[in-house]
Order: sequence, then structure tokens, then C-alpha cells
Amino acid sequence: MPAYYLEALTVTLGILLLVAEAFVPSKSKTWIGLAGIVGLLLILALTFRAIGPDNTSEGKAWAKYALWDLYKFDAAARFYKIIALVTAVFVLILAVDYRSILAKFSGDKGSEEGTGEYYSLIIIATAAMMWMASAKNLAFLFVSLELLTVTFYILVAFMKRNVGSLEAGVKYLILGALSTGFLVYGIAWIYGATGSLDLAQITLAAGDEGTPGTPLLFGVALVMIALGFKVGAAPMHFWIPDVYQGAPTPTTAFLSIGSKAAGFMALISFLAPFSHCPYAGKIFSALVILACLTLIIGNFGAIPQNNFKRLLAYSSIANAGFILLAIAANRSGEDGLSSAKIVGFYLASYLIMTMAAFFILNIIRVQSGSDNIDALDGLAKRNPILAVAATVIMASLAGVPLTVGFLGKFFVFQAAMASQMWIPVIIAAIAAAAGFYYYFKVLRAIWWNAPNHKDSVPFDTTSIFSFALTVLTIAILVFGVWQQPLMNLLKGL
Amino acid sequence: MSSILFLIPFLAAIAIIFGSPARLTARVAGVSTLVIGLYAAFTWQCDCWSSSISVLRTPSLDLAFGFLNGTSSIMVALSVIVLAAAVLSGKAPEGREKLYYASSLLIAAGAIGAFISTNLFFFYAFHELALIPTFLMIGLLGRGSRKEIAWKITVYLGVGSLILLAGLVWLARECGTYNMIEMLKQTQEIDHTTQKSIAALLIIGFGTLVSLFPFHSWAAPAYASAPAPTAMLHAGVLKKFGLYGLLQLAVPLVPVGMNAWLTPLLVLLLGNILWVGFVTINQKRIDGMLGHSSVMHMGYIFLAIAALIASKHAGVENPYAIPAASVLMFAHGISIAMLFGLADRIERCTGTLDLADLGGLAKPAPRLAFLFGIAGMASLGLPGLANFSGEVMVFLSGFFGRSAGGALEPVQIATILSLWGVVMSAVYVLRVFRKTFQGPTVNSTVNATDIPLLEQLPALLLAAALLVVGLYPNILVNLLH
Repeated sequence: MPAYYLEALTVTLGILLLVAEAFVPSKSKTWIGLAGIVGLLLILALTFRAIGPDNTSEGKAWAKYALWDLYKFDAAARFYKIIALVTAVFVLILAVDYRSILAKFSGDKGSEEGTGEYYSLIIIATAAMMWMASAKNLAFLFVSLELLTVTFYILVAFMKRNVGSLEAGVKYLILGALSTGFLVYGIAWIYGATGSLDLAQITLAAGDEGTPGTPLLFGVALVMIALGFKVGAAPMHFWIPDVYQGAPTPTTAFLSIGSKAAGFMALISFLAPFSHCPYAGKIFSALVILACLTLIIGNFGAIPQNNFKRLLAYSSIANAGFILLAIAANRSGEDGLSSAKIVGFYLASYLIMTMAAFFILNIIRVQSGSDNIDALDGLAKRNPILAVAATVIMASLAGVPLTVGFLGKFFVFQAAMASQMWIPVIIAAIAAAAGFYYYFKVLRAIWWNAPNHKDSVPFDTTSIFSFALTVLTIAILVFGVWQQPLMNLLKGL
Repeated sequence: MSSILFLIPFLAAIAIIFGSPARLTARVAGVSTLVIGLYAAFTWQCDCWSSSISVLRTPSLDLAFGFLNGTSSIMVALSVIVLAAAVLSGKAPEGREKLYYASSLLIAAGAIGAFISTNLFFFYAFHELALIPTFLMIGLLGRGSRKEIAWKITVYLGVGSLILLAGLVWLARECGTYNMIEMLKQTQEIDHTTQKSIAALLIIGFGTLVSLFPFHSWAAPAYASAPAPTAMLHAGVLKKFGLYGLLQLAVPLVPVGMNAWLTPLLVLLLGNILWVGFVTINQKRIDGMLGHSSVMHMGYIFLAIAALIASKHAGVENPYAIPAASVLMFAHGISIAMLFGLADRIERCTGTLDLADLGGLAKPAPRLAFLFGIAGMASLGLPGLANFSGEVMVFLSGFFGRSAGGALEPVQIATILSLWGVVMSAVYVLRVFRKTFQGPTVNSTVNATDIPLLEQLPALLLAAALLVVGLYPNILVNLLH
């Protein structure tokens, strides 16, 4: 099956569900979400069957389409498509669980009107991420990124009767538009300097002595700033805590995992042409500075947070710092671990543990009505199994060995040391130590604090929700000890 | 096959979390680990004990178990004995059996896992695994201001572990492998300036975990606060991880770097012995005394390591240093575990550990007094008990290779000074014994009951280990050859 069917199917699924939504009674829209989950799982299965023009015998008509000038399908593209689909499946599960709050702020009382569109928008955003993963042309990259961003404008502001969500929507709109401006302007400068939008052509031009350096570097810097907004690199991170806090929790999870992974994918494919050009030194040292700033701001910003959602927002900045450091190390893989591979591994582990953390956040938000860490007080007594799961998740986020989170950080440290970036390594070590402090703050609430509300609920979980959380928690532990399956997905990166 | 030593307590802990009867499971697991562990320790040279599973091909990472050398087997013997004693003694607070026994098993599983790991990555990882239940136990079931103490040791050991991790990763990079057996076989010497930096990271990292002065201030309050099995397992077993690491990795792989830091290390270990020794004398509670004394005794083991470094630098083989460190690690682990276990019993039968409220306990509880006496005497280095053989070898190793009439070297000066530590040990142990057990009975002790037969078992097990090693230290020393 040609790979481009995947996105076509995803968009079709989204549109079909949107149409079907109009004919469903407004009392129960849950099945739209469930149908979306099933559909995405089918597409996920198809991903493993998809092939690009390189894998096919000559003569197949589709392999000659001009589409392949814009669209690639290699190991990296497939991996990031898988990440997008897996994220979307879990986000849909979250959204189904979150529907009561979504409906409260978007429709009339007692109805689930307005939640159906939410599910289909998530699916359309997934298609955008999948396209981004396949972009080999800056114009294509831009268009798919815009599809993603515009969809997110709606997803963030979806709770139209909630001031927080609206405020987050406006902030995201303004800063998203600003970063789009940077991106287009940067692409224009690069086009001016190299005469092409195709990344393969840009690779050639960047290595060429005749290419004017200053305009090219200026363009690269502008694009890096724009993508920095998407992945939450300091100093372009300041929208993240507010937007994450205000947006509906499933949107936040999607933003912090799916959108970030897509942004990093874009950053890696954008930077690949420059990794060995004469300007590589300048570009990557700028990246080192970004990484260090992000590490410091993300980790130290997280320390004083009392709101769990905001804590996760800072944690997402902090993790972006580690990923940036891996990219900045610019390893080409002679010791078996290229920067792209490390980033892929880190994002996969980040997906598992952050998604699990959002499941915990979701349940306390839905059942106790609060996002604060103290809503978790005494969880060990209220729901011991959930407390054990939360312990594993937080330990993994902090980077305790034998969990998948440790391996990700470990590889980053190794890469940075191999590139002899000693000062960033020290900063990253301090940042990781700070991470211990703020993630363990959550554990402290869970285990040591007594339940502080008289009406503390024991947190009942629905079956699909507990199934998803169990899968994620077990994945954290299994991949923490046995990493080969995860690495197999990354083969060829 | 040695993975079974890790798997029994680990799986038992998981079974307990999922509802299997806590006390019974823990005791069965503890005793079976003891039997298999002792057998494994005394037959460690057999190839049948090593196994390895590849968990990641590039970069190559194996979950490998086996015995590096005799020191590993001694540490395994220590771990399984203390584990069995810890789950057999003590009494879980009402309603918390699950947490109590599962944590004890997890701490032991982590420690055993670290001692039988032959892959650097898992060596580090297993130790971390053991720390989490330690924090939980202190934070949830500890005495006194347990939350602050648990928070303090979390931060202290977390940061110490990170520094250690940096040193270990660097070391592995220089050696080009994570396989510890291959690392130790390497003949190519690491560049000297690099050695110096790695050694500094390892001394601080491992040192924090072993409560090397001045990174020791977490230890005494943590042990004083911890529930008995946690204190027994952490002070007795898990803490030895740092010394074990220095002995197995730092000294053989970065000898030049370690020698560069020899003088600071000697000053710090004297801090452990003399400074903390004085602090110990001044303790007003039994748990405080035990916590501090355990910090103090680490100094002697550091001294053996320092002697090893110095003679390595001088190019001579020091036949006493490794046996001294290994035997003393074993002896200290057993004796401190026994003391913590009995102190817990004292608290349960009198309701206090404050020396001012105790006295004359030997009258109502003569057997308790006798057992505490044995452990205390072992701790102060009475001949015939295990610690004596360890300490004697430490002092011998300090003076090994000294030509008559030559000038004293730093190690020998430190050895002479640290001899005073033996006097201090005698002072605080005898003082605590006198105030607790002798004299007229007081309110808290007049109605105290003696230690019941079932609870004597773990103490007798530990006492037997102390006596056997004390009278015939070769039982351990032979393992090293």
C-alpha cells in the first residue's frame, strides 16, 4: 500500500465522523470517540504495511507520482507517524473520559453537544502530524504545520464558556501567528539564498562555496525560532504554561506530546541538510545555547509549581531541553546511536510517561474538580493501585533507573559527553537533579500527605481508562529493562 | 543462575503488592534466599552462577548476573543473612504489613541485584531501585519528624547518585564497555588527568552513599527514624554498595586518580572516625548512637581502601587490604543489623529509646541483654567476634610494607590516629549498655517482657554469623582467593 493512503484515510475518518456527528442524538456522542479510536488503531496497523517508492518494484504507477517530490516515506517518517497515531489514540481515550467537563463548558446542560467535533478535530490534527513527518520540502512542511496549528487553535479554545480556555486560545492564536510569520519569512530567506525549497537541494546548496552565508544563516535562525515556539524551547516557551493550563486536558496532552514530537521531527529534518555544511558549527552552537536555556528555565521553573497541569507544562519544557541537547550533540551514529535515534527514543519514552501522567491528571480533574497537586493528597489511601501507577510514572519522569525515562536521559548524556559538551552536561545534570525534586513533590503528596478534603473521592476508574493506564505503566517498566523492541522501531534512523 | 537471588525477593515483593499474605510470603522468600544465597556465595567460582541476557544490541547492554570476585560473594552472603533476619524480626504496624514487607524485600532485592550485577548499568540501576522503598518506608513509617528526614535523604542520595552516575558513565566511556568483567580485564591505562576527574566524581558519589564525612549528615537521622528492617537493610547492606563500588571499580580502574586524592580521603575518613566518634559518644538515644556509630565505622573500611590505594601506588601487593575491607564490611553489616533489630525490640517492650528513661532492663529481659551485649561487643571490636578480625586486618594493611625506621607515611599516620576510634567505640557502646541494661529498673523497664523465642531466631542467626567469622575469619578470606 502506498504510504500516502495513511493520511488520506485519517482525514477521511475525521471528516466521516464529523458528518456522522450531525445525525447522532446530542445525549451521547461517546461512540464517535470510540469509532475514532478503532479507526486510528486500524490505520496504525496499516502503517506497518505501507511502503514508499524505494521499496517497490519498478513499474507501479503510483511510484512515479510527482507527490513523491514533496512527500517521503522512510524509517523516520514511519516512526513519527506511529508516534502521532499512538498519541491520538490515547488522547481520544482521555477525551472520552473528559467529555463531562468538555460538555459542561461547550454545550447545554445534560447534553454532550459539541463533544463530537472535538473527537474529529483530534483526528484531523493527527493527519497533519503524519504529513509533517513525511515532509521533504519546506512548502509542504509549512502547509502541514499550519493545518496542525489551525486545528489546535480550535482544540485549545474548545471550552467556549470557560474563560481559562478562551484566554489560552487567544494566547495560542497570537503566538502561533507570530511563529508562522517567523517560519514563512525564514523559508523565504532560505529560498533566496539557495534557490530551492527542497531539502535535498538545500543540502547541496548549503555545502556549496558559492551560497551566500549570511542570508542562509538568517533564514535558518528564523526557522529555528519558529520551530522553537512549537517545541517549547526557551526563550520561546513562555506561552506554554498558560496555554497548557487553560486548554482542556486532552488538548494539553496532545499539544505536549503529539505537537511537540511533530515539531522535533520538523526540526530534525530541517537541520539535517546543515549538519555537515560549513555553517554547522554556528548553527549547532546556537542550538546548544537554546538547549541549555531550555533546561534551566524548564527545570527551575517547575520547582515552585503547585498546579499539576502547570508542573507538567514546565516538565514538557524541561524535556524539550534534553531533546534539544541530543540534537545539538549532532551525532551521526558511528557508535550506534545517532542524534535522530536518541531523539526518537526519547520522544517514545516521553510519550509513554507523559501520557500516563496526563491520565492521572485527567482523573483528578474530572473527579475532584481541581488541577492542583494537593488534590492528590493521600492518594495512597484513597486508591492504592492508582498510587502505585503514579509512583512508577513520576519515577520515570524523574529518570529513576529501570524505567524508560532513565534510558532516554542516559542516551542524551552519553551523546553530549561523546561530543565533549562539558558545560551543557553539567547544566543537564543539575537540571536532572532539579527534576527529582519537583516530580517527587507529587509523590510526597500521594504517599505522605493525609487526604485533606472531607469529601475526598476514592477515584473510580472506567475500564477503558484503567486499561490504557495499565498498558502505559507496564510499558514504562518493561521498556525500562528491555529496550530492544523500542529500538527496533527506530531502526534506520 | 544467580539472577534467582534477585528474583526471589523481587517477585515476592510483587506478589505481596498484589495481595499474597505479606508476612508469610516475605519470610518464605527471605529464608529461601538465605539458603540459596549462602550456597551460591560459597560456590561462586562455578560458572553456573553467571548468566546474561541482551536487552539492547546497539549500544550493547546486557542484563548480566554473576560474581565479579570473592568480595561479591561475601556481600551476597551478608545481604541474604541480613534479609532473612530483617523479615524474621520486627513487627509491622497495624494495617501496613504490605508496605512493610514489600519494601524490605525490594531493598534487599536491589542490594543483591547490585552486588551480583556484572554490567555497570544495572549495577547502578539496582541500587537506585533499592533507594525508593527506603524513602517510602522512612517517610511513611518512620519515627520522629519522618517527612523532613525522608525528604532530606531523598535529596542527598538523589544528588549523590547523579554525581556517581556521571563518574560511572565517564568511566564506561573510557573503557569502551559496560561489561564490568571486561572493564577489569582491560590492560590499557586511562589517561591520568581523566583518571583524576573520574576519581573525584566517584569518591564524592560513592562517598555520599556511604556517608563519608562531610556528606554523612543524612545517615544518622535517617537510621534513627527508619523502621527496624529498613535500618537493618540500609545500614547493614545497601550502604556497602558505595564501598563495594570503590573497591571493585575505582581502585582497580583509576588507581592513579585515586592516589591523587589520597590525602584528602584520609582527612575525610579521619573525620568519620574521630569527629563522628565524638558525636556518637554524646548521643542521648539508642537509635541516635547506632546511626552515628554506623557512620563512624565506615571510616575503617575507607582506611583499608586508602591502604590499598597507597600500596598500589607504591607498586606492592597489599595482602591485607582487600580481605580487611571485605571482612569488615560483612562484620559491620551483621553487627549493625543485629543492633538495630534489638533496639527495635527494646522500644517495643519499653516504649522508649531515650537513655534517660531506660535502666535495669537486664533484670526483666536477660536474654535481650545478652544478645544486645554480643552485638555491642562485636561492634566495639572484641576479639572472637567478626569485627575484630576485620579491624585488625585494617590496621595491618595500614602498616603493610613499612620498613623499620622509615618516616611515617600519611596512611600510617591516619592509621595511628584512627586507633583511638576503637577506644571511642568502647566508650559509647559500654555507656549505652550500662544505661539501658544495668542499674535499678525504672518505670519503663520494670514491666518489660523478655524477647520471645521466635524473635530470638533472627538475632541468633546474626550472632552465629558474627561468632563463626570471628573465630574463623578464613571462612570469608578463603573466598577471596
